[in-house]
Amino acid sequence: MTQAEIKLCSLLLQEHFGEIVEKIGVHLIRTGSQPLRVIAHDTRTSPDQVKKALCVLIQHNLVTYQVHKRGTVEYEAQCSRVLRMLRYPRYIYTAKTLYSDTGELIVEELLLNGKMTMSALVKRVADRLTETMEDGKTMDYAEVSSTFVRLADTHFVQRCPLVSPTENSEPGPPQPAPTLVINENDMYLVPKLSLIGKGKRRRSSEDDATGEPKAKRLKHSTDNKEPIPDDGIYWQANLDRFHQHFRDQAIVSAVANRMDQTSSEIVRTMLRMSEITTPSSAPFTQPLSSNEIFRSLPTGYNISKQVLDQYLTLLADDPLEFVGKSGDSGGGMYVINLHKVLGSLATATLESVVQERFGSRCARIFRLVLQKKHLEQKQVEDFAMIPAKEAKDMLYKMLSENFMLLQSIANLIERRQFETKENKRLLEKSQRVEAIIASMQATGAEEAQLQEIEEMITAPERQQIETLKRNVNKLDASEIQVDETIFLLESYIESNTKRQ
Amino acid sequence: MGNNGAWLILQPRLPPLVAPTPGSGWLRPPPPRLPGGGPPRRLLLDWRGGLTNGELAEAGPERPLLEEDGRIPGWRRPRLRVGEGRQVFLIGSLNTQAASTMASRGRGRGRGQLTFNMEAVGIGKGDALPPPTLQPSPLFPPLEFRPVPLPSGEEGEYVLALKQELRGAMRQLPYFIRPAVPKRDVERYSDKYQMSGPIDSAIDWNPDWRRLPRELRIRVRKLQKERTTILLPKRPPKTTEDKEETIQKLETLEKKEEEVTSEEDEEKEEEEKEEEEEEEYDEEEHEEETDYIMSYFDNGEDFGVDSDDNMDEAIY
Repeated sequence: MTQAEIKLCSLLLQEHFGEIVEKIGVHLIRTGSQPLRVIAHDTRTSPDQVKKALCVLIQHNLVTYQVHKRGTVEYEAQCSRVLRMLRYPRYIYTAKTLYSDTGELIVEELLLNGKMTMSALVKRVADRLTETMEDGKTMDYAEVSSTFVRLADTHFVQRCPLVSPTENSEPGPPQPAPTLVINENDMYLVPKLSLIGKGKRRRSSEDDATGEPKAKRLKHSTDNKEPIPDDGIYWQANLDRFHQHFRDQAIVSAVANRMDQTSSEIVRTMLRMSEITTPSSAPFTQPLSSNEIFRSLPTGYNISKQVLDQYLTLLADDPLEFVGKSGDSGGGMYVINLHKVLGSLATATLESVVQERFGSRCARIFRLVLQKKHLEQKQVEDFAMIPAKEAKDMLYKMLSENFMLLQSIANLIERRQFETKENKRLLEKSQRVEAIIASMQATGAEEAQLQEIEEMITAPERQQIETLKRNVNKLDASEIQVDETIFLLESYIESNTKRQ
Repeated sequence: MGNNGAWLILQPRLPPLVAPTPGSGWLRPPPPRLPGGGPPRRLLLDWRGGLTNGELAEAGPERPLLEEDGRIPGWRRPRLRVGEGRQVFLIGSLNTQAASTMASRGRGRGRGQLTFNMEAVGIGKGDALPPPTLQPSPLFPPLEFRPVPLPSGEEGEYVLALKQELRGAMRQLPYFIRPAVPKRDVERYSDKYQMSGPIDSAIDWNPDWRRLPRELRIRVRKLQKERTTILLPKRPPKTTEDKEETIQKLETLEKKEEEVTSEEDEEKEEEEKEEEEEEEYDEEEHEEETDYIMSYFDNGEDFGVDSDDNMDEAIY
């Protein structure tokens, strides 16, 4: 783990789970697998706090445990999984685009809670959706369930490993920790539940049994008297599937930029057909025949078979080699060269970074060096047609520049936290004033009173708040943007290392 | 001519020595050459009293002058050049500072050697290096080119708002563990009005214990059972009991700073639970015979201390 990665993990854990969880999490990331008492000793935290933190981390799939000989349990943190927390908004937004608000909330609840049973999830999402609907309308459990089933069928959510059932029947002392197993075939198997009901609105004035007071309380499943039909079957978001989707999106938009809309639609169709059949680390998709592709095109596209064949030939002949032809049966068998695509995307990303940072001349040198892989300085001058002195200057600049994108995200987060802390007093004041105004409006206050309260915040303070909001938004947006770049480069690195 | 012998070195080749004419006072006649080759040519230092090294060395600019210069190839000019690495002084500045110059001779020894091959990096011999860096690079160096604009538009805005909303939401969930508020030394009147955070070692949510190692098992705090320090006027016979209980609890909580196992806690919790089982109160409305809403109370002790329990809005 690089220092930058550890720093970023620390910031993310701290923002989402607080300092105690951060301390334990970062310690595990640094030191690797450790048992409970060693963690408590090394971090100088009380064992109870460590237990709390570990419960949270395990619940959110950030830490796993293993039973070693003599019964000791050791805990290990997954640093890369912690870094995924940066991408949560992107996952949720993707679910929204594919399965609308219901899908969005399902994925959001799963990410916020780590893992949930289907019944609990459906109930919670139905309640949340009902909150947003007009008075009198409620969201039916059946609708939420059907969206959930679709998410499972397309592998966006998957089952968590189950507690091995043989344990209870074993004689002898109970195990220190359960073993968790999952069968590949069962990973997306939705239990047959008949969830009947509708979402309930939160009623703050009544002592409604199902209504929840403001935040900070989770419904205890033990409060329900009915047995839970899918007890023990937990679900989590399948991040790899989302990554596959991002990759597909990147490919389609690359093709659209390079060629035209129709080509990109064809490529999108091919990718969609390969979604479930091709593992994400494969070098290329399963071969698809031109006939199959023709049949699977979206209904809006009225291109004839010949035109499709022409497009496919064009795509296969393109020097970038995104699409390859692997045979002639069925009207021509075509594949998408995933590794090649990822390589080209990563290259393009790096080139554009260099270009924006150092100018087009540097970008030219960079492209050359990437191509030839090894150039002597003199050759660089000759090829790039740049005077020697300038070329040397640029080489030196690029060499000394720090391309740690992770470090830059950590900086962004720190800066944002700093800005917020600086203006904490102001922010609190403005929020309090807003709350007062809102409550007064609710109870019907006069215009003059509202005016008076609004004036509690002076004009320069307002200005400061505005600037602060703008800066924080900018920093947040930058984080998101840098994470996208990281994703592209990471995908390429991953595909390369797996190949070897 | 004579008085400033320092510049002797930079002068062109001296005319062949002639026997000094009386009255010139410039140079002593060189001592006879010792057999065996004699010492290597040395720097000619001039100060009153004549030569030190016993021989006159012609000091042309193209000749290595100092002892260690002999080891460094290609030393041509008195300025710093790549490959020599000596930056300290110009040879021409020798004066009566003979001692220091002699001393720096030793210091400069071997400084010209670098650990990597310069040609590979692309710095040829005789090139001028960029000026030495005398301070750390600026924190915010000016950008050469304008940065590319951030994603805007519907998607960008939505994802941004989502991110900020998530941040706020996560802080409200029970998974967010706040460090314990430091214990007070004396029981204070305002304690009754304070909303204390989770100060014991319970957790606020209910994990599936079957999935977790047994050693992690801690008691789960039941909802709405946290307010152990509030005295209820509805139960007058219990008032004194509660008060003692409160003091006792404060003491036990202080003791909890050290190693407390979960079993001990469980016992105490059971005690508390039995006391509180019949208590059902909404924290906002029934707590005290006061008209003040708890969340508005601020005794000023949090001023300057980070505490953002009350933020309902989106968190920045």
